[in-house]
Amino acid sequence: MRKAAPQLIALGLLLLADWIVFPGFFSLSIAEGRLTGSLIDILNRGAPVALLALGMAPVIATRGIDLSVGAVMAIAGAVAAVSVEAGYPWWLAVAFALGAGLAAGLWNGALVALLEIQPIVATLVLMVAGRGIAQLITEGRIVTFTEPHLAALGSGSVIGVPVPIVIALAMVAGLTLLARRTALGLFIEAVGVNPRASRLAGINTRGLLIAAYAGSGLMAALAGVIVAADIRGADANNAGLWLELDAILAVVLGGASLFGGRLSFAMTLLGALTLQALKTGILLAGFPPEFNLVAMAAVVSVLLVVQAPTIRSRLARGRART
Amino acid sequence: MLEARGITRAFPGVVALDGVDFSLAAGEVHALMGENGAGKSTLIKVLTGALAADSGTMVLEGEGYAPSGTAAAQAAGVWAVHQEVSLLPNLSVAENLFLGMQPTRFGLIRRGEMHRMARDVLAGLDLDLDVTRLLGSYPVAVRQLVAIARAARGDARVLVLDEPTASLDAAEVEKLFALVRRLTAKGTGVILITHFLDQAYALADRFTVLRNGKLIGTRAAKDLPRLELVSMMLGKGLEEAVQRPAREAASGAVIARFRGLGRKGLVEGFDLDLSSGEAVGAAGLLGSGRTETAMLMFGATTSDKGKAEVDGSEVRIRSPRDAIRLGFGFAPEERKTDGIVGALSVRENIVLALQARAGWFRKISREKQDEIAARYIDLLGIRTPDAEKPIEQLSGGNQQKALLARWLATAPRLLILDEPTRGIDVGAHAEIVKLIEQLRDDGMALYVISSELEELAAYADRVSVMRDRKQVGMLEDVSVDAIVKAIAS
Repeated sequence: MRKAAPQLIALGLLLLADWIVFPGFFSLSIAEGRLTGSLIDILNRGAPVALLALGMAPVIATRGIDLSVGAVMAIAGAVAAVSVEAGYPWWLAVAFALGAGLAAGLWNGALVALLEIQPIVATLVLMVAGRGIAQLITEGRIVTFTEPHLAALGSGSVIGVPVPIVIALAMVAGLTLLARRTALGLFIEAVGVNPRASRLAGINTRGLLIAAYAGSGLMAALAGVIVAADIRGADANNAGLWLELDAILAVVLGGASLFGGRLSFAMTLLGALTLQALKTGILLAGFPPEFNLVAMAAVVSVLLVVQAPTIRSRLARGRART
Repeated sequence: MLEARGITRAFPGVVALDGVDFSLAAGEVHALMGENGAGKSTLIKVLTGALAADSGTMVLEGEGYAPSGTAAAQAAGVWAVHQEVSLLPNLSVAENLFLGMQPTRFGLIRRGEMHRMARDVLAGLDLDLDVTRLLGSYPVAVRQLVAIARAARGDARVLVLDEPTASLDAAEVEKLFALVRRLTAKGTGVILITHFLDQAYALADRFTVLRNGKLIGTRAAKDLPRLELVSMMLGKGLEEAVQRPAREAASGAVIARFRGLGRKGLVEGFDLDLSSGEAVGAAGLLGSGRTETAMLMFGATTSDKGKAEVDGSEVRIRSPRDAIRLGFGFAPEERKTDGIVGALSVRENIVLALQARAGWFRKISREKQDEIAARYIDLLGIRTPDAEKPIEQLSGGNQQKALLARWLATAPRLLILDEPTRGIDVGAHAEIVKLIEQLRDDGMALYVISSELEELAAYADRVSVMRDRKQVGMLEDVSVDAIVKAIAS
């Protein structure tokens, strides 16, 4: 908990600021059997980026990066929409979409682990080409669908809670368990800190890297399905556009370092929520839209400066002295 | 010339320096001695501006000296050359010499002028190098000399040499010594840190000994017998000095047998039999192929000829994972880059190989991990405030012990050690030698690569001698003389 203090404080302050600019911020109500309110809105809108970030966190912990997740979202959304329109059952369409994401992740992982291409370059390939693949799948159209089960993944609710939130929370819980109950967390951090030493200690570094990128592809596909389901259509040009950067930012806001070696899914979720609270707050504040990106840049800069190692160690020393 | 008084510096949980006095005269070589963790590095960091002292005063040539950083210290004429040479191998010798202060005209580097100045500097130090060649094309020893030349190039008044000879052979050490003597003759004061006592005595005029952050004493070299120096460093007598006890070769069954194992361009095929309860040494100069034999045996590099047998049946070792499954362990020479996982805790480093062998799915419970870590911290005397400390914050000797613990935790049948005592202090050194002997007597098979021939002679039952990437002999009758002769012949 103490490690998470800066992130929790940041999120708390942002929520407080949101409340100041929009007094109705914390109120929750139930409309048409569904929880509504700004907080729910933050969770719901933040879910896709949270999923991307949860997939990105292990990759970054291995000192890698996955720039392709936005494009993989577009591919997965396209696959799901086209399959369901072609008459496949909704669950098979989802399985195809996740399979496409997994394949994309394996491709990235193979480039990084087997051919030892630098991650930023290896995943850039799919970042650029992936959107083209998605356009090929949709044949350049926006493919819409009406299948209710698939649509429910984006806009449905489970006992009043929107489905995207349920999926994101389930993923955080599942991944946290996976990292805690198995040695994957230790191995990923070890490989991120020192791949040579990890290999000499007997860790299957290649397999681990491939698994990390495959997981990222899978999570991106899940996010892509949710976004497509929400709008009941696949837009290969715009689905997931620039979201890889939001995902990376969320992981970093969660306290991870791009130098690798630190992995926490719960903190990553905090980072994603912080980012979304910020975005929602800016919208609620009613600034003219042209201020939005500047305001976001300013707040993000402050958050990152506060987390910077030099500032942190200075604060820690100040505390030790008093 | 340089005078430091009452230097104190504390880190959370430990006082690294406790009111230490230190002085350096012009033209003197002053050796700073002490075990790892004694406070040598901290004192050096304070003197060279890398760390600020909590209290204490420093005077450099009559003026108050409180550098705000290494750049300020360098501007005042205080330079440090560290063990890991921090030059840029992808730049030329001249560029390295003048990095950050190249002669310029209108903002452009005057390359010809820089080369001329570089030749002058090197000629003044009697070094014959091509200043336009990439530094990386020269061996480590030469890079070390260039690092010193860079520091001495300008007007270095105080030069700190931190383990300058750790990776040099005897001839190269002589060259470095000659360079140091030329500098002191010009009036530069040199602070030397080394764990080679011979070298310290060959070069130093005075010794200052630190222990646990405290000043033990400063003495003239000629009045300080070696035995007394070592006991000052250790804080105890040297009765536990390495002595070869009479021991009949109690070797048991052959565990691993290598025949003609090799890889083209790396090392020619070598033969080795490694038996339970036997320590086999490997000796040879740097670059003789010693480390490569270990890498091949452990699968860190794949072999392209020869064969390996374990317990009489042929095996293929393609990766460290294969070797670990066969019961091998390997503590590599490059502790920092190949051994420790720096930012992880001592506990995580200790359980890493055991966990890797168990696989990712069968996690060793946290209680079990704590227990294993505590056991080995106690057993090997690893000095750390607790098992959760990042291993990179431990001293070299303690990192090495933690690495040994990593392998001992897997209960290996064959343990391969590459320079297990390199760059660590006298006390840890003796403990590791003792541990090797104990493991051998407990029935482990050991293959130990070492440049410390006395050490090999003390515990090795046989010594494999390497030269020019080739095994040139297997000594059954081990003595320092015999090893030296075999290497040189």
